[in-house]
Amino acid sequence: MKRRIPLTITLIVGLIVICSEFIPHRPFSQISSELEVWFMIISGFAILLGQLNLIKTNVLKIQYKQRNWPYFVITLASFFLMVGTGALWGSQQNAGLLGHGTAISSAIGSKPFDYLFNNVYQNLQATMFSLLAFFIASAAYRAFIARTTESILLLAAAILVMLGNTSLGTLLTGWLPDSLSFLHLPKVSEFIMKYPTTAGQRAIMIGAGLGIIGSSLRIILGIERSYLGGD
Amino acid sequence: MAAKTLDRRWIFLFLFIGVALPLIFVIGLPIETTENVRAVYQMVEDTPAGSTVLISFDYDPASKPELHPMGRALLQHCFEKDLKVVITALWPMGVMMANDILDDLQPSYPNKVYGQDYVNMGFKAGGMVTIQAMGKHFKGIYTTDSNGTPVENIPMMKHIDNFENIAFVISLSAGAPGVKEWVQVAGDTYGRQVSSGVTGVSVSSVMPYVNEQKQLTGLLAGLKGAAEYEYLIGHPGTATSGMDAQSLAHLIIIIFIIIGNITYWRNKKKQKKEV
Amino acid sequence: MTHFFNVFGIWLGAAFTFAIFSFLYKDNPFYKVAEQIFVGLSAGYWFIYTIFNILIPNLFLPLSTDFAANWIKLIPAFLGVLMLMRLVPNAEWMSRYPIALLIGTTSGLAFLRYLKSDVINQITATMINPFVGNNWVTVVGQILLVVGTITGVIYFYFSKKHEGAFGVSAKIGIYFLMVSFGAAFGYTAMARVSLLIGRLQFLLGDWLGIISP
Repeated sequence: MKRRIPLTITLIVGLIVICSEFIPHRPFSQISSELEVWFMIISGFAILLGQLNLIKTNVLKIQYKQRNWPYFVITLASFFLMVGTGALWGSQQNAGLLGHGTAISSAIGSKPFDYLFNNVYQNLQATMFSLLAFFIASAAYRAFIARTTESILLLAAAILVMLGNTSLGTLLTGWLPDSLSFLHLPKVSEFIMKYPTTAGQRAIMIGAGLGIIGSSLRIILGIERSYLGGD
Repeated sequence: MAAKTLDRRWIFLFLFIGVALPLIFVIGLPIETTENVRAVYQMVEDTPAGSTVLISFDYDPASKPELHPMGRALLQHCFEKDLKVVITALWPMGVMMANDILDDLQPSYPNKVYGQDYVNMGFKAGGMVTIQAMGKHFKGIYTTDSNGTPVENIPMMKHIDNFENIAFVISLSAGAPGVKEWVQVAGDTYGRQVSSGVTGVSVSSVMPYVNEQKQLTGLLAGLKGAAEYEYLIGHPGTATSGMDAQSLAHLIIIIFIIIGNITYWRNKKKQKKEV
Repeated sequence: MTHFFNVFGIWLGAAFTFAIFSFLYKDNPFYKVAEQIFVGLSAGYWFIYTIFNILIPNLFLPLSTDFAANWIKLIPAFLGVLMLMRLVPNAEWMSRYPIALLIGTTSGLAFLRYLKSDVINQITATMINPFVGNNWVTVVGQILLVVGTITGVIYFYFSKKHEGAFGVSAKIGIYFLMVSFGAAFGYTAMARVSLLIGRLQFLLGDWLGIISP
């Protein structure tokens, strides 16, 4: 029962969705539409599960005083601060349990939840990802070595695209006569993207697409069961 | 090897200065438009005034420098062409991103009224499945806008039942769910015209959709795409002002690649001699 | 008061920006604190927005305003609660039912959508007459497109040993893949630098006021 019923649900639901594509009438179309709305609601619960799991994991780490445990107190405090401000006064035009918090909003310029998002969260996330600019520059210096034909092609494409995608590329080859305009760096970059890059990526897309189709069928037919976990 | 012993923090410092200087001392290097950006621009231009279009904000602050200028420029263009804009988000933070731009644009377009000319419908989870549901019954998914106003009370949503009432869809996409799902469902299944603005990281993987079958109508690729669009609509913004810094940063990375290669081959030669 | 909090907000943003940038020198407590705040706030945002944008408008409101017409929504609500049972050690298995529904719907839809958009349409888009074009650059490009896609797909076929004519085709396929990875790197570098530009625009513009934001 713990495995057979879920496998049956997957089979029936998968078949209904596929059938509704070819038989777009009742009952398939209706059931399929209803399933799609259910999907979104259950996805909402799945997101909540993720957040609740984060609390559980962090509480356990603090309880067992794992290495660096004080930092996990900060994680929990930030989580509850965000949830607390959102739940009490809401976000943007949505009211919270205490209404819109007009007094506090007029004092700080926006709702506390929005204030935290705009001034703290946005800056943290944007900076976290901007670190990658430094690491990609460092990686380019250390690992981007032209050793083989393949790596030379990789390197050449990267450099041409990088030059062509900036105003510098426009400036460097802007003087070329019309007859040689195909050598203009932005055009070279556009050519690389439009033809060889599209060809390579399309091959990957077709391969991955076939893989996903195969996996989907295996899941619907109950051959692939790893998503159910152990026992 | 020298390439490996150089403290990478020097590279970090060079890059930091290389990006900061052109932001302070603006050079104003020229911007050239590309075919894909012109295609997006033309799509908006060719849409009759009064049509309803959908822009999906499928990103978060991590991709803001690239996608925010695109969203801003696209909304400006739509407002100037008198298109009604339905905003959705497949990423929860997309809601705030869209509101940030709308708040910013409001003083410049005082005659645009929320609910009549534009509306932010908010975030919905579920990606591909949710888009599929929107195509069948839009109001079944969006029962309220992001402010909690029931959809029946929003004037511009009265005639929106499914994608047939939408002229085109643009996804500002930083990954999944995003442009791929919009192409697969709104484009290939419901036959809507779909376009997109994507982060530089996703450009290559999305390129196969820009084909003769018009799975995607044009594409705005990264900061350069945003700058080109700002140039086309005549409203230079943060993307345009960032292009000088982008140029210098690329040059620095290329120089480091060249130095890395020279060092590698020189050391290899030396090692051979020693053997 | 509002002005104070506006300025304070910008300083707060700048402080957290430097706390994250400090990692470039070496890992340190400031970075670790900022990192954990980021995780906590992110999870909190998702939590609140899921409730405000999904559970309230799509579940609680329909059930509370017109129960008779929407009672069927009790089923996804029940399945959603079962999903949360994953947190309860001995009742974990109950979450398999909603997961099965999610996986079944996704698999059915992915099967259809990927088949059309990523396989059939991509093959059709490749089957062009490459010799028709406005100029020789387009013709060369189209030949590369057709050859590159076919040889690239051949490379991914691992059921046959890559030797002889098949091996040569696969090798050509690798060259096309390498060019596409190189281009992808170029664009990735652009993307990452753009993020740094965004940060510096904040620091130099909003915070220091040296440049106009």
